[in-house]
Amino acid sequence: MSPGHPTDSSVSAAAPRETFVLNVGPQHPATHGVLRLKLTMDGEYVLHAEPVIGYAHRMHEKMGENRTYVQFLPNPSRIDYLSAMHYMHAYVCVVERALGIEVPPRAEYIRVITSELNRIASHLVWFGAFLLDLGAFTPLLYAFDDREKILDLLEAVTGSRLTYCYYRFGGLCNDVDEQFIEGTRAFVKHMRGRLGMYHKLVTENLILRKRLEGIGVISAELCRKYGATGPVLRGSGVPCDVRKLEPYSVYPEFEFDVPHFAEGDCMARYKVRMEEIAQSLRIIEQAIAKLPPGPVMAEKVPRVIKPPPGDYYFAVEAARGRFAIRLVSDGTEVPYRLKLRTPSFSNLALFGEAARGLLMQDALALLGSLDLVIPDVDR
Amino acid sequence: MAEQQAKWLSCAEGGAGSEPGSLVRFARLEQLLDWGRANSLWPLTLGLACCAIEMMAAGAARFDLARFGAEVFRPSPRQADVMIVAGTVNWKMAGPIKTLYDQMLEPKWVIAFGNCAISGGPFVFPGQYAVVEGVDKLFPVDVHVPGCPPRPEALIEGILELEQKITGTRRWPRVKTA
Repeated sequence: MSPGHPTDSSVSAAAPRETFVLNVGPQHPATHGVLRLKLTMDGEYVLHAEPVIGYAHRMHEKMGENRTYVQFLPNPSRIDYLSAMHYMHAYVCVVERALGIEVPPRAEYIRVITSELNRIASHLVWFGAFLLDLGAFTPLLYAFDDREKILDLLEAVTGSRLTYCYYRFGGLCNDVDEQFIEGTRAFVKHMRGRLGMYHKLVTENLILRKRLEGIGVISAELCRKYGATGPVLRGSGVPCDVRKLEPYSVYPEFEFDVPHFAEGDCMARYKVRMEEIAQSLRIIEQAIAKLPPGPVMAEKVPRVIKPPPGDYYFAVEAARGRFAIRLVSDGTEVPYRLKLRTPSFSNLALFGEAARGLLMQDALALLGSLDLVIPDVDR
Repeated sequence: MAEQQAKWLSCAEGGAGSEPGSLVRFARLEQLLDWGRANSLWPLTLGLACCAIEMMAAGAARFDLARFGAEVFRPSPRQADVMIVAGTVNWKMAGPIKTLYDQMLEPKWVIAFGNCAISGGPFVFPGQYAVVEGVDKLFPVDVHVPGCPPRPEALIEGILELEQKITGTRRWPRVKTA
């Protein structure tokens, strides 16, 4: 028992001090998949939290080493299935960097539009699931309704609803049509109105504020210690965004802000993600207005992908934070090593320290605000 | 005595000799129960990977699984009728998932939702060490729904297929493919 623990004052000196271990998961509605938590509890308070991972390990890194570059194309979208576009983006870009392929501007613009649509869809799933954790069912239905509109748009151009395999080395597999452009324009308009409604309905809700404000405070120092990125880091007041700090694709051509809030509590992370939806809408609007004509595939893409020997690295800002691929090529058709740096893993790592001393239900609110995707943790 | 037995038998077969109040009611009660079960299948909340998102989408506003009485997702296996295995099962997860299946009360059914649950899906290669190549290696599966991931409509079709398996009749006309 650490001194200064919140129960110290409430437990009388005569009462026996007993702790117990509470197992949460791997099948538990609050763990969003198959995460398991070993919580050492003192009554309702968490003394010690230990995440147990590996229940969704799918060998992605190993698969990268035993198949050709093209054969690995469907995999990145299944690592973090909610931000499939960003993961595809990182993978095709690292191979393009290795091969030195120039991607036509139209393809990059469409990549940005589809990536940002995917970011909104991902944040909408988080919005619904997070509030479901906190006991509100209705927002899930609204969020999934809006998400279906994005999925319809993306399905029309990519052919799938969730695990997109749309990007290719050197461009895209097919161009977008006028219907997609019109539909996206209409969606941006629609989503702005819905965001206003969400803020009225949810953000200003007193019960929500009481459950999130001042709960699960994560300091910027703690984020640095564990390498947390994305909305978790921005919710601790650090305006860190790969799109701004290490600009890739055509992001430097757009005006957008990096929302960040210094409070570091669950509410700050909530506000970051809601504000990011608005910023993504801004980017999409600009990208559609500037969308240049032209081809969507580079001309000189080799039929057999054999990057020259070397060490290549590419990072993107996925919906959950910094996703990076380190590719080591030995000059053959198969990668020598494909290291995946996934944001959920680092974001989960700080949970044990951040959850110490919280009430059980606040710890679950903290877990929900980290927005974990378990196959992304386990790879 | 023999006469009575012959009468019961003919009743059980629904023959001409059936009369109200006789044993034939048991056969009909079974049908009634099946009808009730098929109309309110309570699935276990078991989201494993990508397919779980499509399962959530099927339960949400647009696809509205509630129309088929199967939207009451239960976190406890004791309260669930059908286990929708939505996602990849690896060997670390195989133990817990088998326990969950064993904890469910009879009668129980299993839907293998998605390629991973059916056969290991895209994660099968020579020398793979993690993925269970099909949950039918762990327990019996009633309905297979293929796709990577399957669409929410496919889950609804799977539920209707399971209903047909339970009651023997299809509640909704089959969609004809062009």
